[in-house]
Amino acid sequence: MRKGIIALFIVIFLTIYHKKIKLREETFTMQLLQVIEKHGRTPEDLLNILLEYQDTVKTNYLSEQDIKLVATELNIPENKVYSTISFYSLFSTTPRGKYIIQVCSDVPCYVNNSVNIVNELEAMLNIKMGQTTSDGLFTLEFTSCIGCCDIAPAIRIGKELYGNMNKENLQKIISEYRRKK
Amino acid sequence: MNSNNNILIKTVITKNIGKINPNSIDDYINAGGYKALQKAVKMTGVQIVDQVKASNLKGRGGAGFPTGIKMEAVLNTDVTPKYLVCNADEGEPGNFKDKLLLENDPHQMLEGIIIAAVALNIQKGYIYIRGEYNKAIEIINLAIEQATKKGFVGKNICSTNFSLDLEVRSGAGAYICGEEFALIESIEGKSGRPRNKPPFPTVSGVNSKPTLINNVETFSVLPFIINEGGKVYAEIGTATSSGTKLISLSGNVKNPGVYEVPFGVTVGQVIEQLGGGVPNNLKIKMVQLGGASGPIIPPSMLDIKLDYKEMADLGISMGSGAIIVIDERFEMFDIIKKIMNFFRHESCGKCTPCREGNRQILKLISKIDNGTATIKDLKLLETLCSVMVSTSFCGLGQAAPTAVITTLKYFTEEYANKIKDYSLQSKSV
Repeated sequence: MRKGIIALFIVIFLTIYHKKIKLREETFTMQLLQVIEKHGRTPEDLLNILLEYQDTVKTNYLSEQDIKLVATELNIPENKVYSTISFYSLFSTTPRGKYIIQVCSDVPCYVNNSVNIVNELEAMLNIKMGQTTSDGLFTLEFTSCIGCCDIAPAIRIGKELYGNMNKENLQKIISEYRRKK
Repeated sequence: MNSNNNILIKTVITKNIGKINPNSIDDYINAGGYKALQKAVKMTGVQIVDQVKASNLKGRGGAGFPTGIKMEAVLNTDVTPKYLVCNADEGEPGNFKDKLLLENDPHQMLEGIIIAAVALNIQKGYIYIRGEYNKAIEIINLAIEQATKKGFVGKNICSTNFSLDLEVRSGAGAYICGEEFALIESIEGKSGRPRNKPPFPTVSGVNSKPTLINNVETFSVLPFIINEGGKVYAEIGTATSSGTKLISLSGNVKNPGVYEVPFGVTVGQVIEQLGGGVPNNLKIKMVQLGGASGPIIPPSMLDIKLDYKEMADLGISMGSGAIIVIDERFEMFDIIKKIMNFFRHESCGKCTPCREGNRQILKLISKIDNGTATIKDLKLLETLCSVMVSTSFCGLGQAAPTAVITTLKYFTEEYANKIKDYSLQSKSV
């Protein structure tokens, strides 16, 4: 008897969960179709579509399903969409944090102690470069030069650039993002 | 400010920086903006190109090809449609001068673009801005909107028969897209991989049609040339390099930033007089010119003049004008590893010399750095560098080993100290 009730609960839970996932997938699909509609369906619109759509995804990545949909809509092979995505470093095919923190890894920042910034961030977020925090809020990445050499060491969070980084202002910025969520 | 700043020029392309609101077209117009365009629409294409030729302006993106000759090539073709591309994919480490122009004086660049389009009768233009420059993308989009409302972009520019449709394209994080053909591929929505040259973009660029492609700084000079005349511009600088250059000064200097200087000033002058020298009384260990793909020179060479010819005679180039100062606290091999790691990551993978060469150079440099390399490895490194220079498909691979080649030449001792059998073998080799 008790087993039966538990089984029933599991079935109900799975049905709701499945529906929720499906609903989520459908909203993603709708969103992607809207972006495609806005930019057009010629192959030259591919980059703009992918860039704009990825921005709307909370987990900052493009899924296999997205790739398939874009390929069908633009009438280009799936592998071409995938190869374009893997070519450009602003795209990801694995889920990332809501805020992507990129630390410049090039010489002008390096000679202004960007190594310390990496260490500070890793300690503050308790993750290593390339990882995402368990709450899904931050991903740590390296980036090539972001044109902030006059305010080195520099980082980029989402679309914002921050320069003259040190332990104090890093802490301030990170806690602001944590508050925003 | 003081006499120290006498090598600084603030009257050519940085004249509006900090003085006008970049989001206000009226500010730009009140500062004399779009006068050059009004003048240009009354000139013939040949007259405009002649002024640019008279100015001796060379492409400011790094290659230094004469802009007037490029424009002439697109002017003289009968093939239509023709395209215009503004290369704002500034990604060379150590360069941030285009960002300054894009974010602080967007209309100057736009005016230059429109003048070029009018001269060459081009109706479609793209401004390709790197994806990381979000603020610049916003500002340029707004500037195009404002210019369209004023009748400078769109149909019937300044009530003439000229029309120009301008579109901003965002990059997506690939250094290679600064290479002109990779950029064009990217505009067409593909992975940014270079094409074979020739034909050059002036013959076969966007959609395989004639395309004028220039750097942000190059376009930004055009309003000055049309307003003042090419000759006036040519009088600034040296006989072999006319005009001014934006220098992105960074690294271990007191006052990093973008400075507009006339050609002919020395690298040392820029570092000392504008940059204020190295902080904490430290000594300069080395200076990299142009960016990651540029030469590394020792302090003894700092009296070298910024001049296309003088630098070419020494086998080096200033690229797009970066000066990166590195002080004595840093190990040369750590810097080279950073640079080679950058190229290993940014190589597009199309050709083997670049794809594999960068990896192997990085390996060899690490081996030398940890003291396990022999003279044989050093010879291999030299061969690898020269193979990459002569056989890489595009400028990325050809320029990638520059830091290694120049340090081998100017910092031989650093290598010798790390290689055990160096002095024994080098005599016999």
